[in-house]
Amino acid sequence: MPNVLAILEQRGGNIKRVSHEVLTAARVLADGMGGGVDGLVVGGPGVATEGLGAFGADKVLVASDASLTNYQADRYAAIAADQVRAGSYAAALVSATALGKDLAPRLAARLACPFASDVTAVKYNGGITVTRPLYAGKANTTLKILASPCVISVRSNAVTPVANAKPGTVESVAVSAGEPRARTVEIKQPERVALDVAEASIIVSGGRGLKGPEHFALIEDLANALGGAVGASRAVVDAGWRPHAEQVGQTGKTVSPNLYVAIGISGAIQHLAGMRTAKTIVAVNKDPDAPIFKVADYGIVGDLFEVVPKLTEEIKKARDG
Amino acid sequence: MKIAVCVKRVPDSEARIKIDASGKAIDEGGVKFVLNPYEEFAVEEALKLNEAAGSGEVVVISVGNDASQETIRTALAMGADRGVLLKTEHVPLDPLPVAKVLAAELADGGYDLVLFGKLAIDDYSHGIGPMVAELLELPCVSAISKLEVSGDKGKAEREIEGGVEVVEFPLPAVLTADKGLNEPRYPALRGIMLAKKKPLEVKDVTLEAAGLEMLSLSYPPERKAGRIVGEGAAAVPALVEALKNEAKVL
Ligand SMILES: Cc1cc2nc3c(=O)[nH]c(=O)nc-3n(C[C@H](O)[C@H](O)[C@H](O)COP(=O)(O)OP(=O)(O)OC[C@H]3O[C@@H](n4cnc5c(N)ncnc54)[C@H](O)[C@@H]3O)c2cc1C
Ligand SMILES: Nc1ncnc2c1ncn2[C@@H]1O[C@H](COP(=O)(O)O)[C@@H](O)[C@H]1O
Repeated sequence: MPNVLAILEQRGGNIKRVSHEVLTAARVLADGMGGGVDGLVVGGPGVATEGLGAFGADKVLVASDASLTNYQADRYAAIAADQVRAGSYAAALVSATALGKDLAPRLAARLACPFASDVTAVKYNGGITVTRPLYAGKANTTLKILASPCVISVRSNAVTPVANAKPGTVESVAVSAGEPRARTVEIKQPERVALDVAEASIIVSGGRGLKGPEHFALIEDLANALGGAVGASRAVVDAGWRPHAEQVGQTGKTVSPNLYVAIGISGAIQHLAGMRTAKTIVAVNKDPDAPIFKVADYGIVGDLFEVVPKLTEEIKKARDG
Repeated sequence: MKIAVCVKRVPDSEARIKIDASGKAIDEGGVKFVLNPYEEFAVEEALKLNEAAGSGEVVVISVGNDASQETIRTALAMGADRGVLLKTEHVPLDPLPVAKVLAAELADGGYDLVLFGKLAIDDYSHGIGPMVAELLELPCVSAISKLEVSGDKGKAEREIEGGVEVVEFPLPAVLTADKGLNEPRYPALRGIMLAKKKPLEVKDVTLEAAGLEMLSLSYPPERKAGRIVGEGAAAVPALVEALKNEAKVL
């Protein structure tokens, strides 16, 4: 039976939302092939595996050990490779998160199989095809995968999770021992854990138009009012106003939120590379010719120092009322 | 230390991309090609490590056609010592065949570190570094933004969503560089002159068949034309109204 393995990501024992996207993509392939979807969760004891059946997992395989609580690249790759071999899966899918981007190529190398990265759609029509952006979103390509198994990483927020009730029977699987070649010794959390742009469905980004780091409070207030994350252009990250983790664009993060609000950002091609697939784009800029308006669905031409406080206020009202 | 840096020739991030008559490749005419930006961080880190140690060698390796010699020279102009071009006319999208020829070149090189960029800005495949590490059975940390090396041990940090992973590893190791690792130097004129005379070996390689076949290449769908809602703070109510009732994102 041509089954598909969906590698699911947990952090702190909770399954991440992107895992539902991966299950949905895996389901598309499995349904095409007439097979099933098995989810694989690697983590410490007590990962919350309930509810995965609701997103299309026939089975949930749990590889659990205290030493696996945090991502350990070599061990996770070894466990995933063992599972793909044991279950003779046609494909292994993982989300293209920080973890997935590291794990997927390792897995493909261990299995000596094709690796299609950062895909935005998958399809089965006699063979597996994937669609993915190339040249920072300036082109799209459809690729046919010529061998089985294969490894596919799925871009976050590209696939909408679809509820699809399946048994989701939980089984534990053996954890292969073995010394990791490199070892994650610590995960540093910032003091205030902010929502990461890569995971947010609403992002408010600020650029050089803010004139100084102290004015980012305007961006934070608007992001809070919207329940979104704070993003930044490279110009303000390079100036040291904001951390690199917030940078959106070619040398930052690629995001596809439902709503992207660009404040005082000109819309350079390298910035657009990171956010042009957002569903709705709003821009506030005092220059009516700023390139950001070419991709924006809604724009306000004006001084952000006047527009943004008013916008925050109106959003709060709209959300409360 | 003996350090290898694997580099890729990619279209400049500003380049306009035109699909050629075959419909499966881009028209390279008029496109400026550059050293993939993430490799600037990798080259810089290699140079800094050896400058701190007072000795060592930095070898730049690329899989590509003859034009990649220019890309290697850019890294040599930054200060790397010599280059190796693993020459092939076509570099496939499937990273495994590329990783295999790189691994074969690196295997007996006696490198203490092998550095990569986090990803190539043309294919975003974030694949080749970790693949080479697996093929060589070496420790690997990807997308690092901080590195400390002392003796035969290293410690690196990598950004994850909402945090930073700290990873320890023994040398030799494979690392892939993210932005934030350092501030890459610009090649000075002297460096550019010197680079012309640095050794660059060209070796023909044959890549295994790729496991991915391109069926089509197309332009992304145009975004629906947007509109300027208005000017200044007075336009805010209309914007909120549109977000609420038209775009339905609130
Ligand atoms: C290889 C490479 C990679 C890159 N990667 C990235 C990347 O990942 N992400 C990224 O963002 N950039 C990236 N860049 C940089 C990019 O080219 C731009 O320089 C950068 O995006 C500009 O940032 P900005 O829009 O904040 O600043 P600017 O271009 O200076 O724009 C500031 C904008 O603010 C507006 N403004 C000023 N004052 C006000 C006001 N009071 N009210 C309203 N509007 C105001 C101005 O009209 C202007 O449009 C990259 C460049 C290269 C070469
Ligand atoms: N053709 C190539 N030759 C040498 N190194 C490469 C090549 N392609 C990619 N790399 C390296 O692998 C990294 C990741 O590339 P990619 O997997 O294509 O995103 C790049 O940043 C380079 O360091």
